[in-house]
Amino acid sequence: MRKLLLESLIRRPLTEPAPSRDDPDLVALAQGLRIAARRRLGRSLAIREVDAGSCNGCELEIHALNNAFYDIERFGLRFVASPRHADVLLVTGPVAKNMREALERTYAATPDPKWVVAAGDCAANCGVFAGSYACVGPVASVIPVDLTIPGCPPTPLSLLKGLLALLDRRAVAATN
Amino acid sequence: MTWLRQIIEQGRPLPAARAHIRVLVEEAAWLKAGAQLAANQGTLLSLWGDSDAVHVAVLANAETAILTLACPDRRFASIGNLHPPALRLERATRDLYGLDAEPSTDTRPWLDHGRWGLRHPLAACEPAADALSPYAFDGADGPPMHQIPVGPVHAGIIEPGHFRFTANGETVVRLEQRLGYVHKGIDRILVGATLEQAAKVASRVSGDSTVAYALAFARAVEAALGLEAPPRAAFLRALMAELERIANHFGDIGAIANDASFSLLYAHCGILRERVLRAAEHCFGHRLMMDRIIPGGVTTDLRPDGAATLHALIATIRRHFPELIELYDGTASLQNRTVSTGVLSPDLAMQYGAGGFVGRASARLFDARKTPGYPPYSNLVFDVPVRRAGDVDARVWVRIEEVQQSLSLIEQILAKEPEGALSLRTAGSAKAADDGAEGLALVEGFRGDILAWVRLAADGRLARCHLRDPSWFQWPLLEAAIAGNIVADFPLLNKSFNCSYSGHDL
Repeated sequence: MRKLLLESLIRRPLTEPAPSRDDPDLVALAQGLRIAARRRLGRSLAIREVDAGSCNGCELEIHALNNAFYDIERFGLRFVASPRHADVLLVTGPVAKNMREALERTYAATPDPKWVVAAGDCAANCGVFAGSYACVGPVASVIPVDLTIPGCPPTPLSLLKGLLALLDRRAVAATN
Repeated sequence: MTWLRQIIEQGRPLPAARAHIRVLVEEAAWLKAGAQLAANQGTLLSLWGDSDAVHVAVLANAETAILTLACPDRRFASIGNLHPPALRLERATRDLYGLDAEPSTDTRPWLDHGRWGLRHPLAACEPAADALSPYAFDGADGPPMHQIPVGPVHAGIIEPGHFRFTANGETVVRLEQRLGYVHKGIDRILVGATLEQAAKVASRVSGDSTVAYALAFARAVEAALGLEAPPRAAFLRALMAELERIANHFGDIGAIANDASFSLLYAHCGILRERVLRAAEHCFGHRLMMDRIIPGGVTTDLRPDGAATLHALIATIRRHFPELIELYDGTASLQNRTVSTGVLSPDLAMQYGAGGFVGRASARLFDARKTPGYPPYSNLVFDVPVRRAGDVDARVWVRIEEVQQSLSLIEQILAKEPEGALSLRTAGSAKAADDGAEGLALVEGFRGDILAWVRLAADGRLARCHLRDPSWFQWPLLEAAIAGNIVADFPLLNKSFNCSYSGHDL
């Protein structure tokens, strides 16, 4: 273990540079957000992930945000275990009817002010599950959504850009 | 003659099943199969409904067959009553098809939570007139028991499901699962879908096994059409399947360590997993390799520099993974958590036909790549690692050894990779298929064997499709393995099983 720890000290970190603030994706995502939202969030964000019917693909990529390459915590973003600790709900999946109540209750348990990010094509428009008897519809049909990150599943980089768009005051300044 | 052979010969063969055996049986033969399964004379592969019949797929003496029982009065003799592994499948069959297993020891709904606004979505689909009664959990009697409800929304970034623990102090007396929260109605979405649409849906049954599901679906369709994908496609499919296996095993090994609060191993396994996904994206254009396998072949060729990328990936893994294995094996505090925790007995693993690392860590030697086997694995050399201890540690070791086998498989695939076409045209041959042509496939995903069965309609669309996740037979074993362990070991144990919610809930 000592060898591994020592190597980690002397090796260059794997963590990659943050996406540029002029990144067109970031700017596009930021356009959908209100300035007020960003002001209130500041530079720190507690995120509660809710799988409302996902195939687990989105969860795998959200997990990847914690690895050494993306290291999401360096931006002040962290995943929390309870909606009561959260500023943001990161919701995936076409909302399954069997999950609707759980999603509504999770939303209700999150203290104000709060924001909702719908991650992935299913969360945005039900993806391949559209029209099923077992799905309510996109996340926005159940709780208000502030930001949508497309992709099937969205890559960690696009997730990161989306979450940074929530935070970045400069991105919004550029778009206003 | 084996019992299964006897039943097959006495039953009425159904010619629609082209490359597999499906026979129509009488109730006596149906029950005999149930009794033989209960006596450990075979393995239940799946049980599912149809418009007016119920099917059971069994494996005995290396022979696979589907037995079909007609249910004109929407009732059938319960196999779950004799052989518990069929119980949840029967409950799901009732919810989706309105076919009742009788007499059943468990008549509670399973996938139907009373939220769909309708009943039996794959049968008459009648509107739900009345609300379902509240789900009655099995308790445990006697003081000083208490219950701990967990979920459906869990603390981590994981899928939703409900766990009801009954505990005596710290010790779990009973765990009962309630699943079905992410039921998306996949069976009905697939009815009438084109092969192209259906392949996309099959790839999203369980996102972590997207390659394995796409492969199982493609192979079932190919069996129905009487096709075999070109040799190059078979090699590329195996390449993707092994990359998926390695990526998931790294994720699991790290996550198990993390649930024992050993984040160093978690961090390093996360790096290796990310490297595999990046190599996959470079080689095939998608990190999880979604939608790369379709009926008839593959959509994407390996990039010209893909082989070099994969050789470099293997070299990196071979350099770093041994250090991590040593770290796992040599850290007493971690071993203290994993060794002898959550023991699953070989008897239960055998009874439930547990696939993947769950079965193999409890002495069940089964791998769909070997039995029934499919191309190109018969041309490749690999071992199926098996352990006997059945604890969390054994499930970690099976994963470690499977990673090593998969690395060798990737090297063999790259060395043998044949030239040629990537896919056959299925559009023309779909028309050529008889109305009602059926196909069956069993494919080894990272979690275990995935069963896919399809019936095609005359227009080449799907008439029916059944996809059975390995988790159907692993979830109930998790309930058994936690008994007598402390509540705090549950996350560790759960992660070592890593059952799929979405794959199970459909």
